[in-house]
Amino acid sequence: MKFKTFALFVGPSVFLMFLFIAAPLFSVFWQSFHLTKPVFETVEVETCTPGFTGQTCVVEKKTRPVFDAQGKPKTETTFVGLQSYRNLIEPDRAFPAMVDGDWTKLLTIDFWKALRFTLTFTFITLPLVIAVGFAIALAVNNTLRALRGPVIFLSLLPFIITPVIGALAIRWLFIGDGIMTALLEWWLERDIALFAQGWTIELLMLFYRVWHAAPFAFVVLYAGLQTVNQDALESAIIDGANRWERLRYIVIPHLMPLLIFISLIHLMDTYRVFEEVVGFSSQAHVISLQWLTYDFLTPDDSGSRSIGRASASAMLTMIGIAIILVPLLRRTWRDHKEG
Amino acid sequence: MENLPRALRQPFFLKVTTGIFLGFWCLLAVFPIFWIAVMSFKVPVEAFSSNPLAVIFGPQTRATGKGLSLLDLIAGIAMLVLAVRMAMHWLPNAVRRHAPVSQAWLGWIFGVALFGAGVAVVFLEWLPGLLGVLNPALGPLGVPLIGLTPEHYIAVWVENEFYRNFINSLIVTTGVVTISLSVGTLAGYGLARSHTSLAFWILIIALIFRALPHSVLVAGYLPVFIHSAEILRPFLGDAAPTLYGQPWAVIAVLVSINQPFTIWMLRSFFQNIPSELDEAARVDGCNHFQAFRLVIIPVMWPGVITTGLFSFLLAYNDFLVTSLLLDAQNQTMVPAISGYFNRETTTTDQVEAVAAAVSITAPLFVLVLFFQKQIISGLVQGAVKG
Repeated sequence: MKFKTFALFVGPSVFLMFLFIAAPLFSVFWQSFHLTKPVFETVEVETCTPGFTGQTCVVEKKTRPVFDAQGKPKTETTFVGLQSYRNLIEPDRAFPAMVDGDWTKLLTIDFWKALRFTLTFTFITLPLVIAVGFAIALAVNNTLRALRGPVIFLSLLPFIITPVIGALAIRWLFIGDGIMTALLEWWLERDIALFAQGWTIELLMLFYRVWHAAPFAFVVLYAGLQTVNQDALESAIIDGANRWERLRYIVIPHLMPLLIFISLIHLMDTYRVFEEVVGFSSQAHVISLQWLTYDFLTPDDSGSRSIGRASASAMLTMIGIAIILVPLLRRTWRDHKEG
Repeated sequence: MENLPRALRQPFFLKVTTGIFLGFWCLLAVFPIFWIAVMSFKVPVEAFSSNPLAVIFGPQTRATGKGLSLLDLIAGIAMLVLAVRMAMHWLPNAVRRHAPVSQAWLGWIFGVALFGAGVAVVFLEWLPGLLGVLNPALGPLGVPLIGLTPEHYIAVWVENEFYRNFINSLIVTTGVVTISLSVGTLAGYGLARSHTSLAFWILIIALIFRALPHSVLVAGYLPVFIHSAEILRPFLGDAAPTLYGQPWAVIAVLVSINQPFTIWMLRSFFQNIPSELDEAARVDGCNHFQAFRLVIIPVMWPGVITTGLFSFLLAYNDFLVTSLLLDAQNQTMVPAISGYFNRETTTTDQVEAVAAAVSITAPLFVLVLFFQKQIISGLVQGAVKG
């Protein structure tokens, strides 16, 4: 294919990606070092009130917003350097806390709280999702042929459901005296309020994420199980390998590329955990990095959005995902060079 | 099973464990969805009751006189089975018979719309009408057994005008699917047939873009979109639009966010189409575009449909982008639901939120029912080739 034809085919897509993915990255980068705020001016105002012998006049200095020709408040954008980043990570409080190893103090700062949750959430769900997905794949592969279709159909439901709604569905089972809470209370014989403290909400979030993401791992691994070399399995049996050894030395190595693929996708998707915070309304206890940016971007009570801080938090979020993905991308690069 | 070698046969214990595990997983997978569907039909006191039997049978809902009798249940389930069977067998046949092969997709859209309307008429008009006459006449068979009330759905769809959000969702998803497929197919084909390192780098960069959290991108758009009228005025004059709140701006954003995934997936589908096919066309004197139009387009539909499904899911399920970039009157369904559960003043509000949630989930359920094979092939495709 000539370059010109290639460019014509790929052009529209590359253009869109440049305009709406690459360009915003630059603007986020720029915004994170700048601050836009309304311009205020200080004027002297003389207010006079009628008095007994004459007027009493007071001269006051007042600040008021400056309006432009269209009557909109004027804004100015200034370079503030790392100010937004400093507001976000609060080094004055965070670094002493880190040196002292005082985690509770560190986690009172929103950014560190969000970072802590996002990372633990990502790395706890990863093995769980793979283990559950693999277990379902093995079970479906070993079960009667007639059962496989229905099981796959039912398994796809948690995967395909709108994330916010999936989280809500699980929350509604537990909320107040919902049936699951009632069941737990009956079982543990004590009062339970699952939405009153952070760690129980986090457990529910973990459960939701595994429930939502395991079907994906299952379908991919199940497809992989269909291509396991039967001859190798049979020779292993002749060599006296038991079920566990066959799994360990033949099936899992065969599925390795798929496991890496699933991990890659899972890391990307779980690092941007966000819908759980919305669905479980957990912002008072548990927040994630993406939710933090979202929160800065939503207008506050006075209708203004803290774009600078949102951009700083977006930049830091991006640096985080880059660090997580580098090992996996380096591997892809090596494979490409070899292949 | 009989002709398997002895060593490959499973011991009884393993079979039972497998069975129990699978049963447990299926229950776990379906239960939350099933439960919110049940809750949405109950009066508020019962919907959040701690006694599961009260939620299922709904005695208080029944006491208000709304419920399903044994006869209703039997008739309803029978009609449901019939409808599903018809959708599976009769509908494809009818489409094949009436629509010319080249316009099969048009036939499908038309057929599905007609079928959906028919099902709605039967379930919402004919069946209640018929059963309303039969129930009182049949004595014990016609006494309400399970409490069931559609009031929350009526409140959500009619009083709260949820249909507006539905239409907005429809506009956004249709736009995203069509544009993302047209742009993505071209790019996917180009990338599948090119072996230069430029193509490789485009794919790698797309992979990196896929990893970006959407909030990062939205942080980049938002100020620009809000002030777009001022920014674009020098170029477009007074016609410069404010992009914030515009559905088509959101469509463009979602299409672009989805592009990395789309081109990866379509590329692997095109790689499965033997390149001898278009090379033969080129030998016969076609250029690349003619070869694409005449040879590739007719055989690419399975891959395009699968990718389209995933584009649909992205656009339909999105919360973050739509809630930040659309204003209240253009809101799609998923962000609109947050209006319900943020209120949370009364239990009625909460049950209405449940009803709205079920309304959003129902189309997805139908989607899995019909496109299960395509969804699975999409998941597997990404894994095997990607």
